[in-house]
Amino acid sequence: MVATLDQVFRQEWGRVLATLIGFLGDFDLAEEAAQEAFAIAAERWPRDGVPRNPRAWLMTTARNQATDRIRRNRTLAAKFGLLVADDRAEVPMKTTTFPDERLELIFTCCHPALAVEAQVALTLRTLGGLTTDEIARAFLVPQRTMAQRLVRAKGKIKAARIPFRVPPAHLLRDRLDAVLAVVYLIFNEGYGGRDELAAEAIWLGRALAELLPDDPEVRGLLAMMLLHDSRRAARFSDGELVLLGDQDRSRWDTNQITDGRAELDRALALGGRGPYVLQAAIASLHAEVPCDWAQIAALYGELTRLTSSPVVELNRAIAVAETQGAEAGLRIVDGLGLDDFRYLHSTRAELLKRLGRTDEARDAYRRARQLTDDGAERRFLERRLTELAAAAGSG
Amino acid sequence: MKYVMLIFQGPALERQAALPEEEQKQVYADYQGINQTPGVTPGLPMGLAQNATTVRVEGGKTLTTDGPFVGMKEAVGGWFILEADDLDAAIEVAARVPAARYGGAVEIRPSEVYW
Repeated sequence: MVATLDQVFRQEWGRVLATLIGFLGDFDLAEEAAQEAFAIAAERWPRDGVPRNPRAWLMTTARNQATDRIRRNRTLAAKFGLLVADDRAEVPMKTTTFPDERLELIFTCCHPALAVEAQVALTLRTLGGLTTDEIARAFLVPQRTMAQRLVRAKGKIKAARIPFRVPPAHLLRDRLDAVLAVVYLIFNEGYGGRDELAAEAIWLGRALAELLPDDPEVRGLLAMMLLHDSRRAARFSDGELVLLGDQDRSRWDTNQITDGRAELDRALALGGRGPYVLQAAIASLHAEVPCDWAQIAALYGELTRLTSSPVVELNRAIAVAETQGAEAGLRIVDGLGLDDFRYLHSTRAELLKRLGRTDEARDAYRRARQLTDDGAERRFLERRLTELAAAAGSG
Repeated sequence: MKYVMLIFQGPALERQAALPEEEQKQVYADYQGINQTPGVTPGLPMGLAQNATTVRVEGGKTLTTDGPFVGMKEAVGGWFILEADDLDAAIEVAARVPAARYGGAVEIRPSEVYW
């Protein structure tokens, strides 16, 4: 029973809230009403049984709560005069006639007039139903800071009148990129070890794919997240970071790989060749044995042309080193202006080590260690340095 | 919903002055086009920041200083008022202001009733 309730809450929170915000035009009022409806459900359902249509029940209850609240509070009643006057609240809500307003909600939360941190927090709070405390913990900021961030964002949506809608066609591409970037950011934060955020991002990715089924980049992002996430269990061994080549493949989640590849195939069938589709294709090739490094290098080349990102070039260098040798990889690495980027130095170190240039490799590992604040990564680099010293001692 | 649209020139005045005559004409035409856009109440063109005077009143005493308000990182070059449905509509008008594309910017502030 408890599991069922949790599942229903998890599935329905975003939709109920989105519908209420669309109807009331007020984030805070909608959130309070939704919380009350879920609290009433938690009390009544275990006693009376789960209603046949939980969503309809939740929406009707939440809307009644909002209406009561408006009636009780004269100031609010004045503000929402129209709402009370036309008595929309009296009309029973039929779920079948409701469009899925989560799409409007996610575009509102990810509006470019809000700071990126606020976009992330608001998306997790409203669509994911995470508590302020959970989001604060995941992003390692004080609870108070996160609460202020949310209050400020909701305040700006209201005061500056950020519209609750899917942007018109000429703005859609740019705005969708922002939405995808937020979901990706949440995923990356989760990939760094906070599992629940990775799961949240994949859930948001699935919801977006359901809402915008014909967009290849939406499918590409979902595919990429699934493929990366499939290797989660193998990325760490006894709390230590394990590189792709050394991972225990039996710990990869094959179902997730299959799901990810299916999404990638759909993206390609839709004609997708954007940055997320390319990254998903690369992640898919990484999961193959043996790995087609030449193909991966070519895809990174295509991605560099799209993004002009030196970080992408660094990845291409690794793939090139696998096919054309460490020397060729090193030439690319040494042409990149990424001196403060720790992975540049750890990559350089690996390539120098392969070329037998031990002293230079040691300096590069040390530079990478200097730039690393993550404990597991630091220990990984320490191990590499120890191995290097041992090899130098024996040789 | 009324928005106060503040135009920050930044390097835009200099860049516009260096444009070929045809493009300069386009800049003036664009400003005129914005003034004639439904919902827009034009403000007056503002002179240079170096000729500004800032007035503050502290403890009942009027303090007058030379130059723009120091809290401003960039001088305001002009302003207008826009009546629009929502922020997206205001952003679309702001993006048409020439200063925004010649290195300046437009700041959109929702207007507020404080009294």
